[in-house]
Amino acid sequence: MKSGSNLERVLAAGEFAVTVELGPPMDCNAEVVLEKARLLKGCADAYNITDNQTAVVRLSSIAGALLIMREGLEPVMQMTCRDRNRIAIQSDILGAAALGIRNCLCIAGDHQSFGAAGRLKGHPGAKNVYDIDSLQLVNILKGLRDEGRQQGGDPVETRPPLFIGAAWTPMGDPVDYRPLRLRKKVAAGADFIQTQGVYDVEQFRAQMNKAVALGLGERTAILAGIIVPKSAAMLRYMDSSVAGVTVPPSLIARMEAAKARGGDDKQQARVEQEEEGIRITVELIEQVREIEGIRGVHLQAIEWEKKVPEIVERAGLLPRPTVAAA
Amino acid sequence: MIVGEPKRFAQVKGFVEPYRKILVVGCGSCATVCLAGGEREAMTLASALRIAFLREDREKEIVEDCVTRQCEPEFLEPLVTRVRDEGIEAVLSLGCGAGVNLLAERLEDIPVFPGLNTKFFGATTEAGVWVEMCAGCGDCILHLTGGICPIARCSKSMLNGPCGGSKAGKCEIGPDTDCGWALIVERMKRLGTLDQLDELAPPRDWSAGHFGGPRRVVREELLIHASEDNK
Repeated sequence: MKSGSNLERVLAAGEFAVTVELGPPMDCNAEVVLEKARLLKGCADAYNITDNQTAVVRLSSIAGALLIMREGLEPVMQMTCRDRNRIAIQSDILGAAALGIRNCLCIAGDHQSFGAAGRLKGHPGAKNVYDIDSLQLVNILKGLRDEGRQQGGDPVETRPPLFIGAAWTPMGDPVDYRPLRLRKKVAAGADFIQTQGVYDVEQFRAQMNKAVALGLGERTAILAGIIVPKSAAMLRYMDSSVAGVTVPPSLIARMEAAKARGGDDKQQARVEQEEEGIRITVELIEQVREIEGIRGVHLQAIEWEKKVPEIVERAGLLPRPTVAAA
Repeated sequence: MIVGEPKRFAQVKGFVEPYRKILVVGCGSCATVCLAGGEREAMTLASALRIAFLREDREKEIVEDCVTRQCEPEFLEPLVTRVRDEGIEAVLSLGCGAGVNLLAERLEDIPVFPGLNTKFFGATTEAGVWVEMCAGCGDCILHLTGGICPIARCSKSMLNGPCGGSKAGKCEIGPDTDCGWALIVERMKRLGTLDQLDELAPPRDWSAGHFGGPRRVVREELLIHASEDNK
């Protein structure tokens, strides 16, 4: 056991793992986080708290992680390279580990020019950091944990027991290079992988086959990312504007048909699409589960966490396994 | 070249507003090549300023000049003399930031204002387009990335790119920005050296760059006292 975290134990026991994303608020309202935690309890093996996602300032990942731990949930903290240099990163990791956080997802982080795709002001003029990249971050965490050594060489006596995660965008451009880059992340020390949202299962399967052929299915635990769609517009937006997400026309057509079922009643059209979205989500979970090398799912219901219990129930993912500590 | 763009006219006019005798000076090197601050641009700007102030019934004496390079003291000497001889009160420099700095240093008690927004080290890719290609990082790694700079041309300066935001060869920040890593991967594929990227590029020592503090380069053999020692 590298960390002894629940996520690690579930995967080590050969169970199909479930992680769920929890988005913190843009203010200091702890109750929002606690409420989401209560809602989601029992749905997953661990819960990701995003780190200023889309470069929008939100209650920090570490603070969010601590809050959900109060409700008995195991967090996956997220750490981007955009806002902190290697000094702050290592410092935050040591602090997180001291506070009992065990899982950490290492990502580059959306560029600060984002501002939630223009819907919010954000801080596009901020000076970004990117002192290190996500692969170097994975490797630094590995160094802290396995060699008891800070990146600069100073010793770390009490090593942080971390389960190190990284992201993978299997259908990102250039697509041929993506399995090779995954191999690099695994070699750097990624214990688990959460992928970008999958809608095109065949395309995803093709990339997974390449990853498995490279031996990566064994060396790391790949969890397929599933983003819960709420509307045809959302699917179209992701297909055109979110890098690495491709949505098959058939899914968009299904959502359009659902919308049409609502007729002129906007409320009904919304409900129809939401229900179709949940059906699609459950199907996607069932489909990716069949793919060789997939050891779990990472479910993202953006600002729609309340639907997660229903989704995991219908996808046959409940109850979550209880794996005793060694 | 160092690429710059002319500052907004209103801003530049505001700089020289308080002065009666102003010198607009162009630079014959990079600023000329990127059509931002050469002799022609200096003349045009001086004219525009004269007209603008005349329109407000304010007459200013605005003269112009241009030197080969504003980043070399020898080329600035005649300018310094002119400023003193002609009682010039303020100088508007159309050189890059380095030129403005050096000119300000040489002129001491005469204010020097920037007429350009100095942008980056880059090259022309097509007529009218200049692209940032070098970050002046101080420790060049272009031999590792097929001649394409990940520090200057990746928005996140990733050394093990591309990130998940790369889309159809473009960066997540916008459709006008190439993904530097897509270019690198493509080039190294063509060179047959893609496997060199399998090795993890370690965290960089940024101290050779600006992050280590303002830099200087000294060539000992060129220092005056050095040649005196050799006599």
